[in-house]
Amino acid sequence: MPTETQQIHELANQEYKYGFYTDVEADAVPPGLNEEIIRLISEKKGEPEFMLEWRLKAYRHWLTLEEPHWSNVFYPPIDYQSIIYYSAPSKQAKTTSLEDVDPEILDTYRKLGIPLEEQALLAGVAVDAVFDSVSVATTFKEKLAELGIIFCSFSEAVRNHPELVQKYLGSVVPHSDNFFACLNAAVFSDGSFCYVPKGVRCPMELSTYFRINAAKTGQFERTLLIADEGAYVSYLEGCTAPMRDENQLHAAVVELVALDNAQIKYSTIQNWYPGDDEGRGGIYNFVTKRGKCAGANSKISWTQVETGSAITWKYPSCILQGDNSVGEFYSVALTKKRQQADTGTKMIHIGKNTRSTIVSKGISAGFGQNTYRGLVKILGGAENARNYTQCDSMLIGDKCGAHTFPYIEIKNSTAQMEHEASTSKIGEDQIFYCQQRGLSAEDAISMIVNGFCKEVFKELPMEFAVEAQKLLSVSLEGSVG
Amino acid sequence: MLEIRNLHVSANNKPILKGISLSLKRGEIHSIMGPNGSGKSTLAGVLAGRQSYEVTDGEIIYEGKDLLEMAPEDRAREGIFLAFQYPVEIRGVSNMYFLRAALNAIRKHRGEEEVDAMDFLALVRSKMKILHMDEALINRAVNEGFSGGEKKRNEIFQLAVLEPSLAILDETDSGLDIDALKTVAQGVNALRSPDRAFLVITHYQRLLNYIVPDFVHVLAEGRIVLSGDKSLALELEEKGYSWLEKEPVG
Repeated sequence: MPTETQQIHELANQEYKYGFYTDVEADAVPPGLNEEIIRLISEKKGEPEFMLEWRLKAYRHWLTLEEPHWSNVFYPPIDYQSIIYYSAPSKQAKTTSLEDVDPEILDTYRKLGIPLEEQALLAGVAVDAVFDSVSVATTFKEKLAELGIIFCSFSEAVRNHPELVQKYLGSVVPHSDNFFACLNAAVFSDGSFCYVPKGVRCPMELSTYFRINAAKTGQFERTLLIADEGAYVSYLEGCTAPMRDENQLHAAVVELVALDNAQIKYSTIQNWYPGDDEGRGGIYNFVTKRGKCAGANSKISWTQVETGSAITWKYPSCILQGDNSVGEFYSVALTKKRQQADTGTKMIHIGKNTRSTIVSKGISAGFGQNTYRGLVKILGGAENARNYTQCDSMLIGDKCGAHTFPYIEIKNSTAQMEHEASTSKIGEDQIFYCQQRGLSAEDAISMIVNGFCKEVFKELPMEFAVEAQKLLSVSLEGSVG
Repeated sequence: MLEIRNLHVSANNKPILKGISLSLKRGEIHSIMGPNGSGKSTLAGVLAGRQSYEVTDGEIIYEGKDLLEMAPEDRAREGIFLAFQYPVEIRGVSNMYFLRAALNAIRKHRGEEEVDAMDFLALVRSKMKILHMDEALINRAVNEGFSGGEKKRNEIFQLAVLEPSLAILDETDSGLDIDALKTVAQGVNALRSPDRAFLVITHYQRLLNYIVPDFVHVLAEGRIVLSGDKSLALELEEKGYSWLEKEPVG
């Protein structure tokens, strides 16, 4: 029976045969970074002058910076001159058949119940030319366009809506922000752009489209999301399936802007390749994510489930500028094998009556090292600011680590702060109790960990909450010894 | 259904049980009594498969199988249930969810179909009545924030839902006031059946006023020093445990 999948593969292979690959080769720039490369990137993308200027400004600033090493993660030096900073998206598709993909990854796909077509996409098999995603995306776009919602790739936005890009780009994460954000500003390849106009409530989770396209997201990705006055949008990036990528360094930037009475809910499931048992080959995920509650009564909510990457370094933050604005951060970070995560948030209270909530759940297994790092800053003008922080760590086994670095700076005496923290070890008692009721040790651990993360999962859109639970269970397999 | 023969058990290289032999048949209720530190809870732990003990001699045959060779979860799936002296809390996991997962693990082991949410709810409701459980309790996380009495009642409630062949009650009466004790005992009595055996471990005779055993065994210093019927429990209540150490072992 010739299934659709088989056809896709045949087509994909065929295309490869006819030199598809060579075409792409011609569309890459040589490794290394200098002004010429940046001009070349900008030119290839057909960007207006302001974009090139912005990139160059960032690059020149980047030259003055040094790679930061204050985080609690360790890795060999990165050679920035050996990286290829621009290549056509399909260049990543080096593999031509699922048979070439690491069997362990395929096994995980199977456990997560991911359809075969999607497996191929996620594993970076070259089927993007034939896959139906384009039409799916088009259908969504038409529906969104009726409401005046702009949702497109960053490159398209630069071409079609330069006034919006120019107005908001770098308004939350400036080109000079930090080493990795600065590098991103200079060389970012593409990403997503979304603008929700005044008073519009985006009727769907902006997720399906992204999920399909996620496999093509590049190494230096940039996302800009604007919710105009009274608008609402819920956005989900990433997916539960482990994603393979030839590029080890990922330095993405996400900027969110919420104007008066606007709400943005941004959810992430990150499951990049964590490397093998010795930690070889995993992704370095050095991300800058920040949202600005620019308007009064606005709200930005970050939810993240981080289970992948060899190293995760990210602090999705909120600048609470508008009076009565609300910032939230809900996080589950799991480190196993040799994974390291240094993650948390910054809540900067500027406006009056601003409120923030931080709920962080760190789980360490194997040799994993998990760090929560968070800053709550209450500025002088932030009358009646409130923060609630809850920071829980769970250890599985005795070779992993959990670390907590909460920073609090208060410049206004009316602030109210609450901080709760706990560290627990999955006890033999708990596991035995579950086993005595008939559950296997593995199921027991998965149940206990999912229970531990419940407060975060309930913040995820329904379907992804289910996926996240499954992901956690699969990720924890083999962690009982 | 259960044969314990010459069981010797150590913990941290210290001998705790020194040659226990005991035989339980379906439908019977046996009570193990004894002073603190006599090895009562160790016996319960070994039967359920707790890892921290080392069996140095003897054997346990359960339904014709070598129990000591079985993993704790397999013992549970084969019908052994331990009501814990100190029930464990599991954050964020509702009682309902936990119990359904447990029941389905057992059913799967028996080759039966998993129970669906609706049927399970009906089952749970019927069992809640026996224990006079508050519906709110079963939707809360497993034992989280439960009072001592609620935890013990929850153990018996789980017993009722999982319907084991052999139920071991490890000091279920400890920390219960008289009303809670009566409710728990009522629950246990409602679960008495010709197919089910109970091993009731207790320090005090009090519980045995409500759960009347067929046999009473006295455990002292790792040995069963005396066995008898329910009248033995009353005798112990009167005389305490100290006289036993002077009596010749029967």
